[in-house]
Amino acid sequence: MKKLFAKCYIWLLLAMLYAPLLFIAVFSFTESRVLGSWTGFSPRLYQNLFTGNVSGGAALISAVENTLVIALIAAAFSTVLGTVAAIGIFNLKGRAKRTMQFLNNIPMINPDIITGVSLFLLFVFLRFSQGYVTVVLAHITFCTPYVVLSVMPKLSQMNPNIYEAALDLGATPAQALWKVLVPELRPGMISGFMMAFTMSLDDFAVTFFTRGTIGLDTLSTYIYADARKGGLTPELRPLMTLIFLLVLVLLIIVNLRGSRTKNAIE
Amino acid sequence: MVKRSNWSIPYLVFMMVFVVLPLLLIVLYAFQDGAGHFTFSNITHFFSDSDSLSTFAVSIEVAIENTLICILLGYPAAWILANRKYNRSAVTVVLFLMPMWINALMRTLATAELFNMLGVALGKGTLLFGMVYDFLPFMIYPIYTTLMKMDKSYAEAAEDLGAAPWTVFWKITVPLSLPGVMSGVLMVFMPTVSTFAISEFLTNNKIKLFGTIIQENINSSMWNYGAALAFIMLVIIGITTLFQGSERGEVEGGLI
Repeated sequence: MKKLFAKCYIWLLLAMLYAPLLFIAVFSFTESRVLGSWTGFSPRLYQNLFTGNVSGGAALISAVENTLVIALIAAAFSTVLGTVAAIGIFNLKGRAKRTMQFLNNIPMINPDIITGVSLFLLFVFLRFSQGYVTVVLAHITFCTPYVVLSVMPKLSQMNPNIYEAALDLGATPAQALWKVLVPELRPGMISGFMMAFTMSLDDFAVTFFTRGTIGLDTLSTYIYADARKGGLTPELRPLMTLIFLLVLVLLIIVNLRGSRTKNAIE
Repeated sequence: MVKRSNWSIPYLVFMMVFVVLPLLLIVLYAFQDGAGHFTFSNITHFFSDSDSLSTFAVSIEVAIENTLICILLGYPAAWILANRKYNRSAVTVVLFLMPMWINALMRTLATAELFNMLGVALGKGTLLFGMVYDFLPFMIYPIYTTLMKMDKSYAEAAEDLGAAPWTVFWKITVPLSLPGVMSGVLMVFMPTVSTFAISEFLTNNKIKLFGTIIQENINSSMWNYGAALAFIMLVIIGITTLFQGSERGEVEGGLI
Protein backbone atom coordinates (compact mmCIF):
# COMPACT_ATOMS: atom_id res chain seq x y z
CA MET A 1 0.00 0.00 0.00
CA LYS A 2 2.74 2.44 1.00
CA LYS A 3 4.75 1.27 -1.94
CA LEU A 4 1.86 1.88 -4.32
CA PHE A 5 1.41 5.37 -2.92
CA ALA A 6 5.13 6.13 -3.37
CA LYS A 7 5.08 4.89 -6.95
CA CYS A 8 1.96 6.91 -7.77
CA TYR A 9 3.55 10.06 -6.36
CA ILE A 10 6.69 9.62 -8.45
CA TRP A 11 4.77 8.95 -11.65
CA LEU A 12 2.40 11.85 -11.04
CA LEU A 13 5.33 14.25 -10.68
CA LEU A 14 6.95 12.84 -13.79
CA ALA A 15 3.68 13.22 -15.69
CA MET A 16 3.58 16.87 -14.67
CA LEU A 17 7.18 17.43 -15.71
CA TYR A 18 6.71 15.77 -19.05
CA ALA A 19 3.27 17.10 -20.02
CA PRO A 20 4.59 20.13 -21.92
CA LEU A 21 7.25 18.06 -23.70
CA LEU A 22 4.64 15.52 -24.72
CA PHE A 23 2.44 18.36 -25.87
CA ILE A 24 5.17 19.60 -28.23
CA ALA A 25 5.81 16.08 -29.50
CA VAL A 26 2.13 15.46 -30.31
CA PHE A 27 1.73 18.75 -32.13
CA SER A 28 4.90 18.21 -34.15
CA PHE A 29 2.76 15.89 -36.30
CA THR A 30 0.34 18.51 -37.51
CA GLU A 31 0.89 21.43 -39.86
CA SER A 32 -0.91 24.16 -37.96
CA ARG A 33 1.13 27.33 -37.36
CA VAL A 34 -0.31 27.74 -33.88
CA LEU A 35 0.79 25.32 -31.19
CA GLY A 36 -2.34 23.66 -29.77
CA SER A 37 -4.66 23.53 -32.75
CA TRP A 38 -4.81 20.14 -34.48
CA THR A 39 -5.34 20.25 -38.23
CA GLY A 40 -4.90 16.58 -39.03
CA PHE A 41 -1.89 14.28 -39.01
CA SER A 42 1.00 15.31 -41.25
CA PRO A 43 4.76 14.69 -41.31
CA ARG A 44 5.26 17.96 -43.24
CA LEU A 45 7.12 19.77 -40.45
CA TYR A 46 9.66 16.94 -40.24
CA GLN A 47 10.12 17.03 -44.03
CA ASN A 48 10.57 20.81 -43.92
CA LEU A 49 13.15 20.48 -41.19
CA PHE A 50 15.24 17.95 -43.10
CA THR A 51 15.00 19.65 -46.48
CA GLY A 52 15.82 23.03 -44.92
CA ASN A 53 12.54 24.40 -46.28
CA VAL A 54 11.77 26.16 -43.03
CA SER A 55 9.32 29.04 -42.93
CA GLY A 56 11.72 31.14 -40.88
CA GLY A 57 14.28 30.83 -43.68
CA ALA A 58 17.87 29.79 -43.04
CA ALA A 59 17.88 31.53 -39.66
CA LEU A 60 16.73 28.50 -37.67
CA ILE A 61 19.21 26.17 -39.36
CA SER A 62 22.12 28.52 -38.74
CA ALA A 63 20.99 29.00 -35.13
CA VAL A 64 21.19 25.23 -34.62
CA GLU A 65 24.65 25.14 -36.24
CA ASN A 66 25.88 28.02 -34.09
CA THR A 67 24.57 26.35 -30.93
CA LEU A 68 26.42 23.12 -31.68
CA VAL A 69 29.67 24.72 -32.87
CA ILE A 70 29.83 27.12 -29.90
CA ALA A 71 29.11 24.28 -27.46
CA LEU A 72 31.81 22.06 -29.01
CA ILE A 73 34.50 24.77 -29.01
CA ALA A 74 33.60 25.97 -25.51
CA ALA A 75 33.52 22.41 -24.11
CA ALA A 76 36.86 21.51 -25.73
CA PHE A 77 38.64 24.64 -24.42
CA SER A 78 37.04 24.27 -20.99
CA THR A 79 38.16 20.64 -20.76
CA VAL A 80 41.80 21.52 -21.47
CA LEU A 81 41.84 24.63 -19.28
CA GLY A 82 39.89 22.92 -16.50
CA THR A 83 42.03 19.77 -16.44
CA VAL A 84 45.31 21.72 -16.31
CA ALA A 85 43.77 23.93 -13.62
CA ALA A 86 42.57 20.93 -11.60
CA ILE A 87 46.08 19.42 -11.60
CA GLY A 88 47.46 22.78 -10.48
CA ILE A 89 44.85 23.33 -7.76
CA PHE A 90 45.24 19.75 -6.52
CA ASN A 91 48.95 20.41 -5.88
CA LEU A 92 48.36 23.72 -4.15
CA LYS A 93 48.14 23.92 -0.38
CA GLY A 94 46.42 25.93 2.31
CA ARG A 95 45.18 29.40 1.53
CA ALA A 96 46.20 29.37 -2.15
CA LYS A 97 44.15 26.23 -2.69
CA ARG A 98 41.11 27.63 -0.88
CA THR A 99 41.32 30.87 -2.85
CA MET A 100 41.38 29.03 -6.17
CA GLN A 101 38.45 26.85 -5.13
CA PHE A 102 36.52 29.91 -4.03
CA LEU A 103 37.16 31.68 -7.37
CA ASN A 104 36.17 28.51 -9.21
CA ASN A 105 32.84 28.49 -7.35
CA ILE A 106 31.90 32.05 -8.30
CA PRO A 107 30.60 31.39 -11.83
CA MET A 108 28.56 28.47 -10.51
CA ILE A 109 26.91 30.48 -7.72
CA ASN A 110 26.23 33.53 -9.86
CA PRO A 111 22.90 33.48 -11.65
CA ASP A 112 23.26 33.57 -15.45
CA ILE A 113 22.13 37.15 -15.64
CA ILE A 114 24.97 38.34 -13.38
CA THR A 115 27.54 36.42 -15.43
CA GLY A 116 25.99 37.82 -18.60
CA VAL A 117 25.82 41.45 -17.46
CA SER A 118 29.30 41.37 -15.92
CA LEU A 119 30.88 39.97 -19.10
CA PHE A 120 28.89 42.44 -21.19
CA LEU A 121 30.41 45.28 -19.12
CA LEU A 122 33.87 43.69 -19.49
CA PHE A 123 33.65 43.68 -23.28
CA VAL A 124 32.27 47.20 -23.31
CA PHE A 125 35.05 48.33 -20.97
CA LEU A 126 37.77 46.72 -23.08
CA ARG A 127 36.12 48.01 -26.30
CA PHE A 128 36.07 44.45 -27.58
CA SER A 129 33.48 44.14 -30.35
CA GLN A 130 30.93 41.50 -29.40
CA GLY A 131 30.04 38.48 -31.49
CA TYR A 132 31.09 34.88 -31.92
CA VAL A 133 34.39 35.20 -30.03
CA THR A 134 32.87 36.91 -27.00
CA VAL A 135 30.09 34.31 -26.78
CA VAL A 136 32.66 31.48 -26.86
CA LEU A 137 34.81 33.21 -24.21
CA ALA A 138 31.75 33.72 -22.02
CA HIS A 139 30.75 30.08 -22.36
CA ILE A 140 34.28 28.93 -21.44
CA THR A 141 33.99 31.11 -18.34
CA PHE A 142 30.89 29.40 -16.96
CA CYS A 143 31.77 25.88 -18.23
CA THR A 144 35.32 25.47 -16.89
CA PRO A 145 34.36 25.28 -13.18
CA TYR A 146 32.34 22.15 -13.88
CA VAL A 147 35.35 20.51 -15.58
CA VAL A 148 37.58 21.39 -12.61
CA LEU A 149 35.04 19.84 -10.26
CA SER A 150 34.76 16.61 -12.23
CA VAL A 151 38.53 16.15 -12.65
CA MET A 152 39.45 16.88 -9.01
CA PRO A 153 37.97 13.66 -7.54
CA LYS A 154 39.93 11.58 -10.07
CA LEU A 155 43.15 13.23 -8.91
CA SER A 156 42.49 12.39 -5.30
CA GLN A 157 41.54 8.79 -6.15
CA MET A 158 44.74 8.33 -8.15
CA ASN A 159 47.83 6.73 -6.64
CA PRO A 160 50.48 9.50 -6.87
CA ASN A 161 53.27 6.90 -6.90
CA ILE A 162 52.52 5.61 -10.38
CA TYR A 163 53.43 8.97 -11.88
CA GLU A 164 56.70 9.00 -9.91
CA ALA A 165 57.29 5.38 -10.90
CA ALA A 166 56.97 6.27 -14.58
CA LEU A 167 59.56 9.02 -14.09
CA ASP A 168 61.91 6.65 -12.20
CA LEU A 169 61.59 4.10 -14.97
CA GLY A 170 62.90 6.67 -17.43
CA ALA A 171 59.77 8.30 -18.85
CA THR A 172 60.15 11.99 -19.68
CA PRO A 173 57.68 14.26 -17.84
CA ALA A 174 55.72 14.65 -21.09
CA GLN A 175 55.48 10.88 -21.56
CA ALA A 176 54.47 10.38 -17.95
CA LEU A 177 51.79 13.00 -18.44
CA TRP A 178 50.30 11.46 -21.59
CA LYS A 179 50.73 7.80 -20.74
CA VAL A 180 50.00 7.85 -17.01
CA LEU A 181 48.24 10.98 -15.85
CA VAL A 182 45.80 11.58 -18.73
CA PRO A 183 44.46 7.99 -18.86
CA GLU A 184 43.81 8.14 -15.11
CA LEU A 185 41.94 11.42 -15.44
CA ARG A 186 40.05 10.55 -18.61
CA PRO A 187 36.68 9.58 -17.00
CA GLY A 188 36.61 12.91 -15.16
CA MET A 189 37.60 14.80 -18.30
CA ILE A 190 34.85 13.12 -20.30
CA SER A 191 32.13 13.85 -17.77
CA GLY A 192 33.47 17.40 -17.45
CA PHE A 193 33.31 17.79 -21.23
CA MET A 194 29.74 16.48 -21.28
CA MET A 195 28.70 18.85 -18.50
CA ALA A 196 30.32 21.80 -20.26
CA PHE A 197 28.70 20.83 -23.55
CA THR A 198 25.20 20.61 -22.08
CA MET A 199 25.60 23.80 -20.04
CA SER A 200 26.61 25.63 -23.19
CA LEU A 201 23.75 24.14 -25.25
CA ASP A 202 21.18 25.21 -22.69
CA ASP A 203 22.48 28.70 -22.06
CA PHE A 204 20.32 31.66 -22.88
CA ALA A 205 21.07 34.64 -20.64
CA VAL A 206 24.86 34.75 -21.03
CA THR A 207 24.65 34.41 -24.81
CA PHE A 208 21.94 37.05 -24.90
CA PHE A 209 24.22 39.65 -23.28
CA THR A 210 27.48 38.80 -25.03
CA ARG A 211 26.45 38.21 -28.65
CA GLY A 212 26.51 41.92 -29.58
CA THR A 213 24.43 43.37 -32.35
CA ILE A 214 25.75 41.44 -35.37
CA GLY A 215 22.67 39.20 -35.48
CA LEU A 216 24.35 36.09 -34.10
CA ASP A 217 21.69 33.64 -32.90
CA THR A 218 21.85 30.38 -30.98
CA LEU A 219 18.79 28.19 -30.59
CA SER A 220 17.88 29.89 -27.29
CA THR A 221 18.15 33.46 -28.54
CA TYR A 222 16.34 32.45 -31.74
CA ILE A 223 13.44 31.01 -29.75
CA TYR A 224 13.33 34.09 -27.52
CA ALA A 225 13.16 36.48 -30.47
CA ASP A 226 10.69 34.22 -32.25
CA ALA A 227 8.35 34.08 -29.26
CA ARG A 228 8.47 37.84 -28.75
CA LYS A 229 7.46 38.35 -32.37
CA GLY A 230 4.46 36.18 -31.53
CA GLY A 231 4.01 32.74 -33.02
CA LEU A 232 6.80 30.18 -32.88
CA THR A 233 8.29 28.79 -36.07
CA PRO A 234 6.33 25.51 -36.36
CA GLU A 235 9.47 23.55 -37.34
CA LEU A 236 10.78 24.08 -33.81
CA ARG A 237 8.29 21.43 -32.69
CA PRO A 238 9.80 18.50 -34.62
CA LEU A 239 13.29 19.83 -33.84
CA MET A 240 12.60 19.81 -30.09
CA THR A 241 10.95 16.39 -30.29
CA LEU A 242 14.03 14.94 -31.99
CA ILE A 243 16.43 16.55 -29.50
CA PHE A 244 14.27 15.20 -26.68
CA LEU A 245 14.37 11.65 -28.06
CA LEU A 246 18.12 11.85 -28.67
CA VAL A 247 18.82 13.00 -25.11
CA LEU A 248 16.49 10.34 -23.67
CA VAL A 249 18.18 7.52 -25.58
CA LEU A 250 21.70 8.78 -24.78
CA LEU A 251 21.02 9.15 -21.06
CA ILE A 252 19.41 5.75 -20.77
CA ILE A 253 22.31 4.09 -22.61
CA VAL A 254 24.90 5.87 -20.47
CA ASN A 255 23.08 4.90 -17.28
CA LEU A 256 22.45 1.29 -18.19
CA ARG A 257 26.11 0.88 -19.16
CA GLY A 258 27.14 2.61 -15.95
CA SER A 259 25.06 0.33 -13.74
CA ARG A 260 26.18 -2.76 -15.66
CA THR A 261 29.89 -2.01 -15.14
CA LYS A 262 29.13 -1.29 -11.50
CA ASN A 263 27.39 -4.65 -11.16
CA ALA A 264 30.29 -6.38 -12.90
CA ILE A 265 32.74 -4.90 -10.41
CA GLU A 266 30.60 -5.93 -7.46
CA MET B 1 54.16 16.14 -9.30
CA VAL B 2 56.25 18.54 -7.28
CA LYS B 3 56.12 21.62 -9.48
CA ARG B 4 52.62 21.00 -10.78
CA SER B 5 51.08 23.68 -8.53
CA ASN B 6 52.02 26.38 -11.04
CA TRP B 7 49.68 24.72 -13.54
CA SER B 8 46.91 26.64 -11.83
CA ILE B 9 48.39 29.95 -13.04
CA PRO B 10 46.75 30.04 -16.51
CA TYR B 11 43.35 29.47 -14.94
CA LEU B 12 44.06 32.05 -12.26
CA VAL B 13 44.85 34.62 -14.97
CA PHE B 14 41.76 33.59 -16.93
CA MET B 15 39.51 33.95 -13.89
CA MET B 16 41.03 37.33 -13.00
CA VAL B 17 40.07 38.65 -16.44
CA PHE B 18 36.73 36.89 -16.96
CA VAL B 19 35.36 36.47 -13.44
CA VAL B 20 36.90 38.95 -11.00
CA LEU B 21 37.35 41.97 -13.26
CA PRO B 22 33.77 41.75 -14.66
CA LEU B 23 32.33 41.64 -11.13
CA LEU B 24 34.44 44.66 -10.17
CA LEU B 25 33.11 46.40 -13.27
CA ILE B 26 29.54 45.84 -12.04
CA VAL B 27 30.50 47.66 -8.84
CA LEU B 28 32.33 50.39 -10.79
CA TYR B 29 29.44 51.05 -13.20
CA ALA B 30 26.90 50.89 -10.38
CA PHE B 31 28.58 53.85 -8.69
CA GLN B 32 29.10 55.97 -11.79
CA ASP B 33 26.87 58.29 -13.75
CA GLY B 34 26.78 58.29 -17.55
CA ALA B 35 29.80 60.58 -17.74
CA GLY B 36 31.93 58.34 -15.51
CA HIS B 37 31.78 60.40 -12.32
CA PHE B 38 31.35 58.75 -8.94
CA THR B 39 27.79 58.85 -7.65
CA PHE B 40 25.32 57.15 -5.33
CA SER B 41 22.38 58.24 -7.45
CA ASN B 42 21.82 54.83 -9.12
CA ILE B 43 21.42 53.15 -5.77
CA THR B 44 19.28 55.92 -4.28
CA HIS B 45 17.19 55.89 -7.45
CA PHE B 46 16.40 52.23 -6.86
CA PHE B 47 15.28 52.84 -3.29
CA SER B 48 13.10 55.81 -4.27
CA ASP B 49 11.56 54.29 -7.40
CA SER B 50 8.34 52.52 -6.47
CA ASP B 51 8.30 50.50 -9.72
CA SER B 52 11.73 49.00 -9.12
CA LEU B 53 10.95 48.35 -5.47
CA SER B 54 7.66 46.60 -6.17
CA THR B 55 9.30 44.48 -8.89
CA PHE B 56 11.95 43.56 -6.37
CA ALA B 57 9.35 42.65 -3.74
CA VAL B 58 7.36 40.55 -6.22
CA SER B 59 10.54 38.72 -7.31
CA ILE B 60 11.50 37.85 -3.75
CA GLU B 61 7.94 36.73 -3.03
CA VAL B 62 7.76 34.50 -6.12
CA ALA B 63 11.23 33.09 -5.34
CA ILE B 64 10.26 32.24 -1.74
CA GLU B 65 7.03 30.59 -2.88
CA ASN B 66 8.77 28.69 -5.64
CA THR B 67 11.51 27.47 -3.28
CA LEU B 68 8.97 26.31 -0.69
CA ILE B 69 6.84 24.46 -3.25
CA CYS B 70 9.98 22.84 -4.69
CA ILE B 71 11.00 21.62 -1.21
CA LEU B 72 7.48 20.34 -0.44
CA LEU B 73 7.20 18.46 -3.73
CA GLY B 74 10.87 17.59 -4.16
CA TYR B 75 11.81 16.27 -0.73
CA PRO B 76 9.33 13.34 -0.74
CA ALA B 77 10.32 12.56 -4.32
CA ALA B 78 14.04 12.53 -3.47
CA TRP B 79 13.33 10.42 -0.38
CA ILE B 80 11.35 7.85 -2.36
CA LEU B 81 14.00 7.76 -5.10
CA ALA B 82 16.78 7.25 -2.55
CA ASN B 83 14.87 4.52 -0.72
CA ARG B 84 15.78 1.02 -1.78
CA LYS B 85 12.37 -0.30 -0.77
CA TYR B 86 10.57 1.85 -3.31
CA ASN B 87 13.02 2.41 -6.10
CA ARG B 88 15.85 0.30 -7.43
CA SER B 89 16.22 1.82 -10.83
CA ALA B 90 18.67 4.56 -11.74
CA VAL B 91 16.56 5.29 -14.82
CA THR B 92 13.75 6.84 -12.74
CA VAL B 93 16.29 9.30 -11.32
CA VAL B 94 17.49 10.10 -14.81
CA LEU B 95 13.90 10.73 -15.90
CA PHE B 96 13.68 13.46 -13.27
CA LEU B 97 16.90 15.05 -14.42
CA MET B 98 16.27 14.81 -18.12
CA PRO B 99 14.12 17.92 -18.59
CA MET B 100 17.21 19.92 -17.56
CA TRP B 101 18.82 18.88 -20.84
CA ILE B 102 15.98 20.25 -22.94
CA ASN B 103 16.10 23.92 -23.82
CA ALA B 104 14.50 25.75 -20.89
CA LEU B 105 12.92 28.42 -23.06
CA MET B 106 11.25 25.85 -25.26
CA ARG B 107 9.88 23.98 -22.24
CA THR B 108 8.57 27.22 -20.79
CA LEU B 109 6.91 28.21 -24.04
CA ALA B 110 5.30 24.80 -24.28
CA THR B 111 3.97 25.21 -20.73
CA ALA B 112 2.54 28.62 -21.59
CA GLU B 113 0.90 27.24 -24.74
CA LEU B 114 -0.50 24.32 -22.79
CA PHE B 115 -2.15 26.79 -20.40
CA ASN B 116 -3.50 28.74 -23.36
CA MET B 117 -5.03 25.64 -24.83
CA LEU B 118 -6.59 24.64 -21.51
CA GLY B 119 -8.02 28.15 -21.22
CA VAL B 120 -6.07 29.07 -18.08
CA ALA B 121 -5.39 32.81 -17.89
CA LEU B 122 -1.68 33.62 -17.68
CA GLY B 123 -0.71 35.28 -14.40
CA LYS B 124 0.75 34.61 -10.98
CA GLY B 125 -0.52 31.03 -10.81
CA THR B 126 0.87 30.00 -14.17
CA LEU B 127 4.15 31.78 -13.38
CA LEU B 128 4.57 29.73 -10.21
CA PHE B 129 3.61 26.52 -11.96
CA GLY B 130 6.15 27.13 -14.71
CA MET B 131 8.85 28.07 -12.20
CA VAL B 132 8.28 24.90 -10.17
CA TYR B 133 8.33 22.96 -13.38
CA ASP B 134 11.68 24.48 -14.40
CA PHE B 135 13.42 24.29 -11.03
CA LEU B 136 12.09 21.11 -9.37
CA PRO B 137 14.91 18.90 -10.76
CA PHE B 138 17.47 21.28 -9.20
CA MET B 139 15.86 20.69 -5.81
CA ILE B 140 15.39 16.94 -6.12
CA TYR B 141 18.90 16.12 -7.26
CA PRO B 142 21.01 17.55 -4.39
CA ILE B 143 18.59 16.16 -1.79
CA TYR B 144 18.71 12.79 -3.52
CA THR B 145 22.54 12.70 -3.53
CA THR B 146 22.84 13.60 0.16
CA LEU B 147 20.24 10.97 1.07
CA MET B 148 22.16 8.39 -0.97
CA LYS B 149 25.49 9.29 0.67
CA MET B 150 23.96 9.29 4.14
CA ASP B 151 25.22 6.64 6.53
CA LYS B 152 22.21 4.35 6.95
CA SER B 153 23.48 2.92 10.24
CA TYR B 154 22.33 6.01 12.16
CA ALA B 155 18.73 5.35 11.16
CA GLU B 156 19.12 1.66 11.90
CA ALA B 157 20.60 2.38 15.31
CA ALA B 158 17.68 4.68 16.13
CA GLU B 159 15.24 1.95 15.06
CA ASP B 160 17.02 -0.66 17.15
CA LEU B 161 16.81 1.66 20.13
CA GLY B 162 13.05 1.78 19.70
CA ALA B 163 12.36 5.00 17.77
CA ALA B 164 9.16 5.06 15.74
CA PRO B 165 9.55 5.48 11.96
CA TRP B 166 8.37 9.12 12.13
CA THR B 167 10.82 9.91 14.90
CA VAL B 168 13.64 8.37 12.87
CA PHE B 169 12.60 10.45 9.89
CA TRP B 170 12.37 13.78 11.77
CA LYS B 171 15.30 13.33 14.12
CA ILE B 172 17.77 11.49 11.89
CA THR B 173 16.98 11.65 8.18
CA VAL B 174 15.84 15.26 7.92
CA PRO B 175 18.73 16.83 9.89
CA LEU B 176 21.30 14.76 7.99
CA SER B 177 19.85 15.75 4.63
CA LEU B 178 19.75 19.49 5.36
CA PRO B 179 22.97 20.24 3.42
CA GLY B 180 21.25 18.84 0.31
CA VAL B 181 18.17 20.98 0.95
CA MET B 182 20.42 24.03 1.36
CA SER B 183 22.18 23.51 -1.95
CA GLY B 184 18.79 22.94 -3.55
CA VAL B 185 17.60 26.26 -2.12
CA LEU B 186 20.70 27.96 -3.49
CA MET B 187 20.09 26.49 -6.93
CA VAL B 188 16.44 27.56 -6.94
CA PHE B 189 16.13 30.84 -5.06
CA MET B 190 18.51 33.28 -6.78
CA PRO B 191 17.94 31.88 -10.28
CA THR B 192 14.19 32.45 -9.75
CA VAL B 193 14.77 36.10 -8.83
CA SER B 194 16.95 36.63 -11.87
CA THR B 195 15.08 34.85 -14.65
CA PHE B 196 13.74 37.13 -17.28
CA ALA B 197 12.50 35.17 -20.28
CA ILE B 198 10.52 32.66 -18.20
CA SER B 199 8.41 35.26 -16.39
CA GLU B 200 7.79 37.16 -19.63
CA PHE B 201 6.44 34.07 -21.38
CA LEU B 202 4.41 32.66 -18.50
CA THR B 203 2.59 35.87 -17.64
CA ASN B 204 2.46 37.46 -21.05
CA ASN B 205 4.60 40.33 -19.65
CA LYS B 206 2.04 41.05 -16.94
CA ILE B 207 4.40 40.29 -14.08
CA LYS B 208 7.97 41.55 -14.23
CA LEU B 209 10.71 39.95 -12.22
CA PHE B 210 13.99 41.56 -11.20
CA GLY B 211 15.88 39.92 -14.08
CA THR B 212 13.58 41.58 -16.59
CA ILE B 213 14.30 45.10 -15.37
CA ILE B 214 18.05 44.44 -15.36
CA GLN B 215 17.76 43.21 -18.94
CA GLU B 216 15.61 46.16 -20.01
CA ASN B 217 18.06 48.69 -18.58
CA ILE B 218 21.13 47.06 -20.09
CA ASN B 219 19.46 46.69 -23.46
CA SER B 220 18.29 50.29 -23.57
CA SER B 221 21.88 51.42 -22.83
CA MET B 222 21.11 52.40 -19.21
CA TRP B 223 24.23 50.49 -18.22
CA ASN B 224 24.82 52.29 -14.95
CA TYR B 225 21.35 51.69 -13.56
CA GLY B 226 21.40 48.12 -14.88
CA ALA B 227 24.75 47.58 -13.15
CA ALA B 228 23.34 49.06 -9.93
CA LEU B 229 20.47 46.56 -10.02
CA ALA B 230 22.93 43.74 -10.68
CA PHE B 231 25.04 45.02 -7.78
CA ILE B 232 22.04 44.83 -5.44
CA MET B 233 21.56 41.23 -6.54
CA LEU B 234 25.24 40.48 -5.93
CA VAL B 235 24.91 41.78 -2.38
CA ILE B 236 21.98 39.42 -1.76
CA ILE B 237 23.88 36.49 -3.25
CA GLY B 238 26.80 37.32 -0.97
CA ILE B 239 24.52 37.26 2.06
CA THR B 240 22.79 33.99 1.13
CA THR B 241 26.10 32.24 0.43
CA LEU B 242 27.47 33.35 3.79
CA PHE B 243 24.50 31.62 5.39
CA GLN B 244 25.03 28.59 3.28
CA GLY B 245 28.63 27.74 4.17
CA SER B 246 31.07 26.28 1.72
CA GLU B 247 30.18 22.85 0.40
CA ARG B 248 27.82 23.54 -2.47
CA GLY B 249 30.01 22.94 -5.50
CA GLU B 250 30.59 19.28 -4.86
CA VAL B 251 26.95 18.33 -5.19
CA GLU B 252 26.68 19.93 -8.59
CA GLY B 253 29.91 18.38 -9.76
CA GLY B 254 28.41 14.93 -10.15
CA LEU B 255 25.44 15.94 -12.25
CA ILE B 256 26.12 13.49 -15.06
